[in-house]
Amino acid sequence: MNAPAPLLSVRNLKVQFALDEGVVRAVEGVSFDVYPGKVFGIVGESGCGKSVAMKAVLRLIEAPGRIVAGEILWRRKPQGGPGSTQEEVVDVTRLDPNGSVMRGLRGAEMALIPQEPMAAFSPVHTIGDQIVEAIRLHQAVSPREGRRLAVELFKSVGMPMPEQRLDAYSWQLSGGLRQRAIIAMALSCNPRLLIADEPTTAVDVTTQAQVLRLLRQLQQERDAAIIFITHDLGVIAQVAHDVLVMYLGLVMEQGPVNAIFHAPKHPYTQALLRSIPTVQSTPREPLPTISGSIPHPFNRPRGCPFHPRCPQSMPGRCDAATPELQAVGPDQSVSCFLYQTAEAKA
Amino acid sequence: MSSPTAAAPPEAELAATAAEERVSVASNWTLVWWRFRKHRLALFCTLLLIGFYLVVLVPDFFATQDPEATDAKQAFIPAQPLHLFNAGQLGLWAPAVAGKRNAITLRMEWQVDETRRIPVGVFVQGEPYKLLGLIETDRHLLGPASGDAKDRLYLLGTDRLGRDQWSRLMFGTRTSMTIGMIAVAFSIVLGVILGGISGYFGGLPDLIIQRLVELLQSLPTIPIWLALTAALPQDWRPEQVFFAITLILSLLGWTTLAREVRGRFLALREEDFVLAAELAGCSRMRIITRHMVPTFMSHIIATSTLAIPVMIINETSLSFLGLGLRPPAISWGVLLQEAQNIQTVALAPWLLVPGLVVIVAVLAFNLVGDGLRDAADPYTH
Amino acid sequence: MSAPVLLEVKHLRKYFPIRRGLLQRVAGNVRAVDDVSFTIAAGETLGLVGESGCGKTTVSRCILRAYTPTSGELNFHTKEGRTVDLARLSRAELRPLRPQMQMIFQDPYGSLNPRMTLFDIVGEPLLVNGLRDRQARTDQVAELLRLVGLRPEYMQRFPHAFSGGQRQRIGIARALALNPRLVVADEPVSALDVSVQAQILNLLLELQKRLSLTYLFVAHNLGVVKHICDRVAVMYVGQLVELGETQALFQAPRHPYTAALLAAVPVPDPAVRSGDVELKGDVPSPANPPSGCYFHPRCPFAAEVCRTEAPVNREVAPGRFVSCHRADELQLPGVVQ
Repeated sequence: MNAPAPLLSVRNLKVQFALDEGVVRAVEGVSFDVYPGKVFGIVGESGCGKSVAMKAVLRLIEAPGRIVAGEILWRRKPQGGPGSTQEEVVDVTRLDPNGSVMRGLRGAEMALIPQEPMAAFSPVHTIGDQIVEAIRLHQAVSPREGRRLAVELFKSVGMPMPEQRLDAYSWQLSGGLRQRAIIAMALSCNPRLLIADEPTTAVDVTTQAQVLRLLRQLQQERDAAIIFITHDLGVIAQVAHDVLVMYLGLVMEQGPVNAIFHAPKHPYTQALLRSIPTVQSTPREPLPTISGSIPHPFNRPRGCPFHPRCPQSMPGRCDAATPELQAVGPDQSVSCFLYQTAEAKA
Repeated sequence: MSSPTAAAPPEAELAATAAEERVSVASNWTLVWWRFRKHRLALFCTLLLIGFYLVVLVPDFFATQDPEATDAKQAFIPAQPLHLFNAGQLGLWAPAVAGKRNAITLRMEWQVDETRRIPVGVFVQGEPYKLLGLIETDRHLLGPASGDAKDRLYLLGTDRLGRDQWSRLMFGTRTSMTIGMIAVAFSIVLGVILGGISGYFGGLPDLIIQRLVELLQSLPTIPIWLALTAALPQDWRPEQVFFAITLILSLLGWTTLAREVRGRFLALREEDFVLAAELAGCSRMRIITRHMVPTFMSHIIATSTLAIPVMIINETSLSFLGLGLRPPAISWGVLLQEAQNIQTVALAPWLLVPGLVVIVAVLAFNLVGDGLRDAADPYTH
Repeated sequence: MSAPVLLEVKHLRKYFPIRRGLLQRVAGNVRAVDDVSFTIAAGETLGLVGESGCGKTTVSRCILRAYTPTSGELNFHTKEGRTVDLARLSRAELRPLRPQMQMIFQDPYGSLNPRMTLFDIVGEPLLVNGLRDRQARTDQVAELLRLVGLRPEYMQRFPHAFSGGQRQRIGIARALALNPRLVVADEPVSALDVSVQAQILNLLLELQKRLSLTYLFVAHNLGVVKHICDRVAVMYVGQLVELGETQALFQAPRHPYTAALLAAVPVPDPAVRSGDVELKGDVPSPANPPSGCYFHPRCPFAAEVCRTEAPVNREVAPGRFVSCHRADELQLPGVVQ
């Protein structure tokens, strides 16, 4: 496969929160690559560390949280003027989170689409003011030119009556329009990577369909990379090219979307997919369940975090050591001792 | 995979270490206490306040002398600081003072008498009094141990009438702290009842009470105090004035608390567990007393703790301005009124000590209140 | 549909007044529920679906009389064989009927009083309905906890010791304490993690079988609704747009909104293209709904009559009710074969 260089490479990332009650290991060694022009889906339940990992990429982790290990390698836009094609790779973990380099990266090269559209805009300024401000922060343009660019952006995200909507306040817009405005804001500096953190969790299903369609369309038009975080397996199946399944701060399985949904290898992925009722499943039949519940972050199980709930757990193995992520197919890898045994025998 | 045929497969074991077991059966108050005790400063201030309230309970025991006794010959004696070690050994003593009249200014000038030390004893006999108004006794915490009537102990000096400042401070503490407590207690009763009616029933009662609160909050405080206290008859006994002042303070002070309670009621009305109680068939009374009030009790306590220092400051200001308690009553404000002129500040700075005490008490209340407020809701996750 | 009717909702309306100004004059109404009629048969599960603000929660709360309906009838068949109109009962008259209708809440955190132990939470309905003897209550609470898959030893614990799924079980135990006939489940799994949702759904199905419960299942997750409900009612801006047997409705929706809703749900299978319907615009506000059919501004099939005339809810096939002028001519795609 003629794979281009990854835009973002996360290597063995660990993030911990030192609370009064103990240390929460929110992300416990996560590695993945994001390629340009692809939608990279991260799926997981509460406490799996998916949002924390993204905050780490944006260097938005605040005390008492801390990146304790790992690298976040980011391929920067060519810096040396218009003709330059020289791309430089920086390790985001080594940057000052509030320094000029990091601030230059945030917004201009990687942008966040947050979960809560209401909280993302200030209610006392018009949306237009806020978007024009964001544009002028990263590009030297006049206010008039900034506004023209903002109108363009609103048109590109399918906002009806873009001129009038620029002068509206965030609370005057409906949920769907607000979500479009947020996406326009995120796009304002033409970033190479969009990080969408549960962008459709707070909206209704018909609005969700609109937002998903818009994101897909933008991704194709602009050839940007998108990291899409969600807990909804349906959404991930519909938008992502590659999927990362996380559980309690660890990667359980990773691979192309078809492999994850049609040939899942990890017992957690398998059980999760079996347990969700869909319009296709047989009505009123008892669903296969995953026993127990997600452990509290203070009580991380030893070894593989899923072993207490795993139907195929091997005593003495899964509760003793944490399995490494291992390739099981051309692009698919899984962290489970079941497959490591197979590897060893082969 | 658990067997899908079982009705309800038993939940996986809750991780049950002893520590978790303890947390899982911990009641709300236990959780609040666990959070509160992490606040070292607030904990220290709690101990300080307990000390203050011990003084409130038995000021006579802590006083060394009769706070009313005047002795013109003993005026403006400076503080006699308490020393812990006598000749290298543990033993309390205070320096004796000797007065000499300045021939030019004709003022008494007090000098430390290096030749004499007044031995100080604990639990010594002194003025007889009734402990808690019940038990006849004459024991005091501190006092001159010699039994010599000439030896008198003025730990914080004396005022212009030769009254012992330390003993007066003890009695002033009782008055001022009690006013704070009682005024807040009245405010709580008024605030919880009116705020509760306003929040739980809504509609017209809510409208009336809220407008009343707004009216009261928009009145400028000092002129209202002036008017109300001026209306108090001049010939009232100190206890009557004391009671009236308390009432005035709480009549004006309940509004903040009422708003708080109303807000809590409004928020709680929408809580699912309140609806669940309603659907279970609970009576209104039970919903209020079992579900709503316990939920905001810790917040009310925190708010009240923050309200007490405001009341103390109010009383002190009133009395300082000569509008609140008047001599012969003793309160922090009355004591400070004595120190109102420049002469005192220059020549008898020890009369300003009550001001320090006010600051310490108010700070302690505020810190404890802040600690309580932070600990009041232990269920944030 | 031969089972006896347990609850008949007739022309239910619930308006919330919008008050303005110092004197709180009524300036208008939010028509949260606007003329909704349906029946629930004993032992069935009726799903009530729609997007946020469509009035599904208001309908369920009116049925439980957490809200007093503005108008309409709620004819409930009691255990004693009487039929009473819940909409007209006072608080005192409702109390003896409360045990027969209970609710399972969406939020497993907000629905349990954090200051009460499991024993107090699950035992409270028993206590206030006359079971004063503590030992008898302890036995019953233990029985209820076992029924929902919790250990009776947990009785002295407080809710904060439990996970979301376990708390939901506690809420179910409380709802079942009084042996209800009708259980209103308001989004009972939507706040739970995906891996525990199936446990709760299985439990609800099993309990229904065992205790012959009737469910009114309010939800927005159509996968869950399809799995658990016998019939489905679809609401839009306070009105019922379609009602029918689940399988038939998912196979061949008769209302354009139902079709759009079904198509908008993303299926967890990358091979099935879904979640991609382009429905223009947003849900209108129930305080200021459009003229005619409330769905016409977003409807791809809207005709002139849709703009001017409000459609009536009519039975287009046995057991199938639709409010659409063009229900008979449209061929709408379903999502199952």
